[in-house]
Amino acid sequence: MTVLAVSGLNVHFATEGGELHALRDVSFVVPEKRVVGVVGESGCGKSTLINAILGLLADNGRISGGSIGFEGQDLTKLGPRRLQDLRGLRISTVFQDPMGALNPVLSVGLQMRNIQYRSDLAKSEKDARSAELLRRVRIPDAEAALSRYPHEFSGGMKQRIAIAMALMMEPALLIADEPTTALDATLEVATIELLKDLQEQIGCSVLFISHHLGVIAELCDDVVVMYAGEVVERGTTRGVFRQPGHPYTARLLECDPARQSGRTRDLPTIPGEIPDLRQRPPGCIFAPRCTLSTDECGRPPPDHALGAGHVARCFRAGDP
Amino acid sequence: MTPILEVRDLEVTFRVGPMLQRRDILAVAGVSFDVSPGETFALVGESGSGKTTLARAVNGLQAVSNGSVSFGGRRIDGLTARASKPLRREMAMMFQDPVGSLSPRMKVGDLVTEPYRIHGAPDVNLADETVRLLSLVGLTADFADRYPHQLSGGQARRVGVARAIALNPKLVIADEPTAGLDVSVQGEVLNLLNELRERLRLAIVIITHNLHVVHHVADRMAVMYLGRFVETGPTERLFSAPSHPYTAALLSANPEPDPDKARNRIALPAEVPSLLARPAGCEFHTRCPWVAADCRSIPPSLQPHEDRKVSCHIPLARGAVPPLKEVSP
Repeated sequence: MTVLAVSGLNVHFATEGGELHALRDVSFVVPEKRVVGVVGESGCGKSTLINAILGLLADNGRISGGSIGFEGQDLTKLGPRRLQDLRGLRISTVFQDPMGALNPVLSVGLQMRNIQYRSDLAKSEKDARSAELLRRVRIPDAEAALSRYPHEFSGGMKQRIAIAMALMMEPALLIADEPTTALDATLEVATIELLKDLQEQIGCSVLFISHHLGVIAELCDDVVVMYAGEVVERGTTRGVFRQPGHPYTARLLECDPARQSGRTRDLPTIPGEIPDLRQRPPGCIFAPRCTLSTDECGRPPPDHALGAGHVARCFRAGDP
Repeated sequence: MTPILEVRDLEVTFRVGPMLQRRDILAVAGVSFDVSPGETFALVGESGSGKTTLARAVNGLQAVSNGSVSFGGRRIDGLTARASKPLRREMAMMFQDPVGSLSPRMKVGDLVTEPYRIHGAPDVNLADETVRLLSLVGLTADFADRYPHQLSGGQARRVGVARAIALNPKLVIADEPTAGLDVSVQGEVLNLLNELRERLRLAIVIITHNLHVVHHVADRMAVMYLGRFVETGPTERLFSAPSHPYTAALLSANPEPDPDKARNRIALPAEVPSLLARPAGCEFHTRCPWVAADCRSIPPSLQPHEDRKVSCHIPLARGAVPPLKEVSP
């Protein structure tokens, strides 16, 4: 079963310098009970993608084509009210900065009670449920924690509280936007493991956005690699990390200092810059920086199938 | 080689709490280290461990409550703002947020030559200098007319580097120079710093929580926990055989981009203790998987141990694995 199916999605922004084509023909699926990672450099359209799914694009942005299927409906066709009904109930989000997601002047307990506004439970029952969720995200002394304010918790705990809140209504899809970027190595790992446990308990799917390849490798079942607003490659995490089919994915993996076997002072980089999305090249988007590009790459490359669910948008995909 | 920077028993305290219940917390609790010209020294640890406070104290942006900082053989802690001004020529700082540390109303060309205007450099042709500095950090001359908001994160970082090295400093303190950057851009910035280190014999103090970065760029490193060094020594030695349980836990928690990698994680229970309630004995004992009776009552001190210094009663042997016991959360 598929929870989220993004198909041929295009997003344009109206800017002073002309129309900016932020997402081009983005397609991927999030199957039931799977964790799908979206990885790419900043500016590659990861956040635009989330905002398009949530119906929260900025005023100058519009979905110019494609569909976002979620539980049998096309989210691109729903009005703001219907989308609002879905957000928080069926689709919830965890953001990078936990402090920004929590209201500093309300106690954690009150915020968690407020989230359950759709439920008919009595206040005491709602609070009991809040405490139960805090226990599940391993907040010590959960009942007492309800009366505390966000600033009284450490950064790792705040992020866990934000996760508890996001999972409160047992959504079908959790969107996590760089939830561990602000945390340190030990907390990052603890948060990933917690997220994985909760995902299994609740049985939801997770769309996990990150530019940290190590975190993606550890947490995600499938991965979607984005570059300059396009999905250049997607497949199982093992398949993509083991045998990248797109030159960009291969270069990106090479650049990770963790991949350098020996100690080196000269770290690999990808020369060049991301192209101006107001003047998108007609052919392969990565061709200007690609060491393997040929004349052929001036035409739009096909989505080349490399095996079960493994697709790379490249003429050379599958070549040794 | 004579070190350019010598830090001895440095302490920084902050006063916190409401008026009648003022308390002092020790954010940096007595650390000592040296950095020599051409050397890179890394500070690692969780947020709140005192890395940034230590860097600011070294730079004079934060008052030192005890201990000393010497730069080029001269005491520099406790100098007045006026007296420390000449030092800023020789000791540059790169702050965490690349775009936030550039004035949004100044053009890149003015930003990279601002150090000359502050410190006065009458015989320097600013226009030539702009081009020279921009090319040194790999930006073309036409960037001089751009504003910070027109730069990408990596480009803003390069401008930060250009500003830091404009006055030919002897020491650069880089606070999370690659935070929020993508791996490719991260590599570019680190390569650039490294090239400048070699060419100008810069001493670099780098603060980061990315251990993969530390491994590649730092000659020596120190691991901080609650404002103290728990282990310090040559980077490669610490990576291949950590002696302090906290170093071992940090290294084991380093997520690697390999889905099939077998993970022998050292799980650290609970949270970092508050600086207002430092644990008795070894301050790491509340989270240490190898904790022994002495650790709860007798504080260890940073002692030479083989090729490094470590603050632990029972330093780990090479390849130590945590004992199999249930650790309470």
